[in-house]
Amino acid sequence: MASSEVARHLKRENIRSLTMSGHVGFESLPDQLVNRSIQQGFCFNILCVGETGIGKSTLIDTLFNTNFEDYESSHFCPNVKLKAQTYELQESNVRLKLTIVNTVGFGDQINKEESYQPIVDYIDAQFEAYLQEELKIKRSLFTYHDSRIHVCLYFISPTGHSLKTLDLLTMKNLDSKVNIIPVIAKADTVSKTELQEFKIKLMSELVSNGVQIYQFPTDDDTIAKDNAAMNGLLPFAVVGSMDAVKVGNKVVKARQYPWGVVQVENENHCDFVKLREMLICTNMEDLREQTHTRHYELYRRCKLEEMGFTDVGPENKPVSLQETYEAKRHEFHGERQRKEEEMKQMFVQRVKEKEAILKEAERELQAKFEHLKRLHQEERMKLEEKRRLLEEEIIAFSKKKATSEIFHSQSFLATGSNLRKDKDRKNSNFL
Amino acid sequence: MDPLRRSPSPCLSSRPSSPSTPPCEMRGPVGIEAVLDQLKIKAMKMGFEFNIMVVGQSGLGKSTMVNTLFKVWKSNPPDLGVPPSQTLQLHSVTHVIEENGVKLKLTVTDTPGFGDQINNDNCLRPLDIEFLQRLCRTVNVVPVIARADSLTIEEREAFRRRIQQNLRTHCINVYPQMCFDEDINDRTLNSKLRERIPFAVVGADQEHLVNGRCVLGRKTNWGVIEVENMAHCEFPLLRDLLIRSHLQDLKDITHNVHYENYRVIRLNESHLLPRGPGWVNLAPASPGQLTTPRPFKVCRGAHDDSDDEF
Repeated sequence: MASSEVARHLKRENIRSLTMSGHVGFESLPDQLVNRSIQQGFCFNILCVGETGIGKSTLIDTLFNTNFEDYESSHFCPNVKLKAQTYELQESNVRLKLTIVNTVGFGDQINKEESYQPIVDYIDAQFEAYLQEELKIKRSLFTYHDSRIHVCLYFISPTGHSLKTLDLLTMKNLDSKVNIIPVIAKADTVSKTELQEFKIKLMSELVSNGVQIYQFPTDDDTIAKDNAAMNGLLPFAVVGSMDAVKVGNKVVKARQYPWGVVQVENENHCDFVKLREMLICTNMEDLREQTHTRHYELYRRCKLEEMGFTDVGPENKPVSLQETYEAKRHEFHGERQRKEEEMKQMFVQRVKEKEAILKEAERELQAKFEHLKRLHQEERMKLEEKRRLLEEEIIAFSKKKATSEIFHSQSFLATGSNLRKDKDRKNSNFL
Repeated sequence: MDPLRRSPSPCLSSRPSSPSTPPCEMRGPVGIEAVLDQLKIKAMKMGFEFNIMVVGQSGLGKSTMVNTLFKVWKSNPPDLGVPPSQTLQLHSVTHVIEENGVKLKLTVTDTPGFGDQINNDNCLRPLDIEFLQRLCRTVNVVPVIARADSLTIEEREAFRRRIQQNLRTHCINVYPQMCFDEDINDRTLNSKLRERIPFAVVGADQEHLVNGRCVLGRKTNWGVIEVENMAHCEFPLLRDLLIRSHLQDLKDITHNVHYENYRVIRLNESHLLPRGPGWVNLAPASPGQLTTPRPFKVCRGAHDDSDDEF
């Protein structure tokens, strides 16, 4: 806040300025604050977005003067993934918890339409996690490991021509969620004159497409001049290397070519030093603050509005969180009751249906049984009938047999054997 | 967003850090230290705030004490002091003071009329005990022995011991609270302070000439009581505690402990937070639950090989 603003603000709140008549000692307040921060430690999260092999890991290694363990990624990932790793660094008494998030497989797919989505999702996920913590009843924000992305280094291919569609699309989708610092990767492949034109072209493309990249803050006098100058040098043309090369009587980080040595920390060779200055030494705190007060606040506002919270009610009256909660709770209860009713109804219905089916089955079974019984009965009667007939026949036959035998014995006695032949014939006919 | 298109997306529900982050050695200076300066610049720009409440019998010199602490007696006394009234009313006044570029917005809340029922000449009475107990749970309490110029050194020590005994017996946890000592350094420093609390203080807003020096003090017929002289009273200890060393700590405890406690109680008692499918994670299932954030979205794809890949 500029001093005139402060004065106006104070006047509004009816606060007066007083002058003290001696040394009180609260000038130590910034030191007290710093001591507390030293005790707590700092947190910084960098997201590197760029094609496979463009030099993201090397640049991070060079920036922090370490060899973070990493391996080369393949070019054959079916989708874009993000890989995050956290490290603890310490410089004198400052402890830094550094999280590096790299894209894996960015720009490798044939269809790059949705390449930016996993990145957006990741950033949102970190905001969401913070929001969830903030909304808890029992929360501990001061020990929470803040994983929200504070800066996105976007690596532009050093083609020397212009931005790729993928770059524009991705940056456009990220600029309202994260602080973007575009860098030209592998800048040692671009000549000095080409570089100048390239930078101008890139910035004009960004501006004409409405991409909001991070501007180094110019409101504090101590750093305004430097920051303003740096803003004009964006995007930084960087070269990364952890190889030590002897130049003259010094050993520096550089890349050795047959035609010369590109020194990473030589400001005539590339903008690496400027990037390190701006990113770490001058604006790290501002990057963190912008993330919290601008990007996260925007996310939070959208999310809460989505959930149904508003600050202002229908008649433009301020609505307290309490009222919204009550309303939501009511709604929720109503909904739940309705669902319960519905389920109950459905259950009763099902039971009825099942009962009906079972009854039907029972009836069918009974009918079948009756039917079979009847059939059986009929069969039986038929058989009885047949048997009776057969028995009658047997009786008739045995009668006849008896009669014929008597006859036969009588006639034999009377006539002779001729008659017997006739009688045999007769008998055989009879049979 | 078409869900089908989104399904091959990686699982984003967990957060990056593994519980044991490996420490890394840097080969040379990077400039991380500079963040401290950045913090200072930001703090100086924003300014600081501090809110004090003074409680006690009227006439004990509360307003004078605050004036002495912040050395603003040249302004009209009614600014920081309030005419005595019989009604129990809180009265806040805010001022901005600046020292060496550091701006401090100071709010002093006085409680006139309240302390008149308090009479702790001998020791703390039940009313005081009850009051202190409740107060200590809500705010950082620094007890002081006012008008210490009416006690001799021996009387002062005896009184102090009695008060300390009283506080201990009734478990009144005054600032600096032992439970918030973070490490051995804190403990040593704070234990020394705890030995001397309550500080015996004298307030004065006039300067007198003593032995050729201009000092802040109370002039009596038998001598000048120098406020900033450790041999005379313990005002410097109080000032150092409140302003020069523990101001930030007081604010931190208020913000991280007292306010959070209030918040928990308030949110719980209003029974407002429903728990149901649409309200996942808004309130933990049990108060003792750890605060590691849980995944909020169902994993859309299967987990893959590397445990840190998303």
